[in-house]
Amino acid sequence: MHHTLDIQNLHFSYPDGRKALRGVSLFINPGEKTALVGPNGSGKSTLLLHLNGILRGEGEVHVCGKELTEDSLRQIRASVGLVFQDPDDQLFSQSVYEDVAFGPLYMDLPKDEVAQKVRQALEAVGMAGSEPRVPHHLSEGEKKRVAIATVLSMDPEVLALDEPTAGLDPRGRRELIQLLRGLPQTMLVATHDMRMVAELFDRTVIIDEGKVVADGPTAQVLAEPHLLEMHGLEAP
Amino acid sequence: MHIDLTDQYRHSESLIHHLDPRVKVVVTLIFILAVGLIRDGSWIAFGALFLGILGYAAASRLGMFYAVRRSIIAIPFLLAAAPLPFIISGPALISFPALNLTITETGTIRFVSIMIRTFIAVQAGILLSATTPFPGLVWGMCSLRIPRPLVAVIAFMYRYIFVLADEAIRLMRARAARSPEIPGKGKPSFIWRGRVTGSMVGSLFLRSLDRSERVYGAMASRGYDGEMRTYSTFHMRGSDWVSLIVFSLLILGSLSLMFLR
Amino acid sequence: MLFSPTPLHIPDGFLSIGVSIVGWFLAVIFIGIALRQTKDQLGERQVPLMGILAAFIFAAQAINFPIAAGTSGHLLGGTLAAIVLGPWAGTLVMTAVIAVQALLFQDGGLLVMGWNIMNMGVITAFSGFAVYMLVARLLGTTTRSRLIGGFIGAWVSVVISAIAAAIELAISGTSPLHLGLPAMAGVHALIGLGEAVITVGAIGLLQASRPQVLTTGETAPGRRSAVFTLIGLLVALGVSAFSPLASAHPDGLEFIAELQGFLGLAQDSSYELMPDYTLPFLSDPVLTTILAVAVGTLVVFGLVWFIARTSVQRGTIGE
Repeated sequence: MHHTLDIQNLHFSYPDGRKALRGVSLFINPGEKTALVGPNGSGKSTLLLHLNGILRGEGEVHVCGKELTEDSLRQIRASVGLVFQDPDDQLFSQSVYEDVAFGPLYMDLPKDEVAQKVRQALEAVGMAGSEPRVPHHLSEGEKKRVAIATVLSMDPEVLALDEPTAGLDPRGRRELIQLLRGLPQTMLVATHDMRMVAELFDRTVIIDEGKVVADGPTAQVLAEPHLLEMHGLEAP
Repeated sequence: MHIDLTDQYRHSESLIHHLDPRVKVVVTLIFILAVGLIRDGSWIAFGALFLGILGYAAASRLGMFYAVRRSIIAIPFLLAAAPLPFIISGPALISFPALNLTITETGTIRFVSIMIRTFIAVQAGILLSATTPFPGLVWGMCSLRIPRPLVAVIAFMYRYIFVLADEAIRLMRARAARSPEIPGKGKPSFIWRGRVTGSMVGSLFLRSLDRSERVYGAMASRGYDGEMRTYSTFHMRGSDWVSLIVFSLLILGSLSLMFLR
Repeated sequence: MLFSPTPLHIPDGFLSIGVSIVGWFLAVIFIGIALRQTKDQLGERQVPLMGILAAFIFAAQAINFPIAAGTSGHLLGGTLAAIVLGPWAGTLVMTAVIAVQALLFQDGGLLVMGWNIMNMGVITAFSGFAVYMLVARLLGTTTRSRLIGGFIGAWVSVVISAIAAAIELAISGTSPLHLGLPAMAGVHALIGLGEAVITVGAIGLLQASRPQVLTTGETAPGRRSAVFTLIGLLVALGVSAFSPLASAHPDGLEFIAELQGFLGLAQDSSYELMPDYTLPFLSDPVLTTILAVAVGTLVVFGLVWFIARTSVQRGTIGE
């Protein structure tokens, strides 16, 4: 059951009563790269926040075979690397090194192992040597890559990203797509970037008003313009 | 208020920059304490400490007058001490019998001493932040036994002032764009302007609150459990200890000059 | 770079070492309590929430509020922070702001930071919050009472803070009380209006878009102690300010005449004029008296507060 995501009949309402998820069920296979698309407010980000227990709804969530409960939270948070939309939310430390080291540190790894994981993670995102840099001196694209490094350093089996290409200039976007292409982890990526979806993802899930309305091979899903239009999307 | 939010740190490859930040923090505090302990009118002692500032600035390869230049700014507080030359009793310097006012020698000495103290102390602070990058200051605070949660709060604050200051600037630009000066129409009232400013503050608050929730989510996602965990990348070397002792002795020596009459 | 939102950031050199030490002693106590209270109140969120909101206060202080002829007012923020977070969290947030301003921007001194924290952190947060809660108690918790309470609270907080600063300066022998107090209080009575208006504007926005935020602050720990603290502080300040003024407060011309007359005697007779301007050694009986009274009152108040706190049920929210 490794490297998998298993969501069963997930319901969630916000404190103000808004129903955000209405019975979402989804199974992501090992190594599969899946795009999660839908209009604003459809529940994409909300769904991602359930993957590591930041939000807890009704229904079951199994990450890499383990059920998400109060006790398994810490383990699961090490298995799922959640990358937020705004990298400034993710880079909260005084230096790149401290941010990327945060995860391993809180996994109680010894110091030299932490340093090694930081180095490897930064290399994987193409930011080798940037350890001493200060977050507010990084460009938007650099921030996004370091943000991914901050979760890669925990050796997650699954990556969940929220709008990774949002706010990037064409070059930054190109670099990020290359980066995602090269990462081996199972991925669930919420995005509006339909061209990236067509390019990178084998499977596409359309979610609208908290429900899954389509789930299949990307080529198939994107070939139905009526379906896309009905849910606020456009073909690339 | 004008915030010059460029980093106060000025990089250079100097001996001072390479010192362990804890040394710099402690030395600065000892220095400011010494400044406060010098008696009024001990010009030689003041002079010695001022020379120390110049020397420290030069040794930091920032230019001898780096701190001096940056401290020549009107301090509204000097007004608070301005009555002193008139009030403190002592031998008279200048009299204005028509106004029933006398400037006394003692009062003037006191006023000038306060002024010198303030300027020198400010310069010490300027040199500290110019030679020590912020993470170093954070580490310095930890070593002064300031409680970890407070140091962490300060570290977080520093990280996010740039982000939030940007948001504040955007709010101010948006307000400026919507507040043209229309000739013929009077300016909006004080109350109205205050409320607009207040709304900006309020909405900045909500954005900050939401951001803090997201940041907490990011921390929790990476295993945060409420305990501050840090590792230090700073190690006190022999040269650091030597510098600490030498600087402290120099400061104490300058302080003792106040006993020279 | 030494612009301050309000002229309350005391620089180094303006307070005597003895006074500074007392300030640090008090600040350390209050910060310690604030850390514990916010830990209980906020749990794991303590650090990110307090840190980012401290950054908020800092940024909010930069937002200018054009008054007239090129001058601008700015928010100090102690009362607002206390209203939305509770007075202890407000204190902690303001402490971080004051620390960073002093360390990085030399806005406020390092030795005198103890009193800057007390004035701009503790006193503003607690006095503003206490007034806010009192108004709510009198008028009920409605939108109108929140706005009125916020207005008066913010104004009071700034003025009391300024009075405290004037007293600290007087005790240090830097600024004569009979000039400094009216000057500080007068100026800040005006500045306080700016603070009040901005605070009300902020409360209004919060009331309209997310009223839950206001209820959270109102049920935060520290509501009761806020009122006690306010009273205690007022007593302490009042006692320490008036203790050496045995005789009636002299007015301007009368004072100068007395000064010239006392030139020869000034070293010894020190009871009428506050403070007597011999150089402020700690061996001066007037000053030690004042300091002792101030510290003593605050310590007694502190004990009262501790007793009150331990006898209040912990963890009650909807009182």
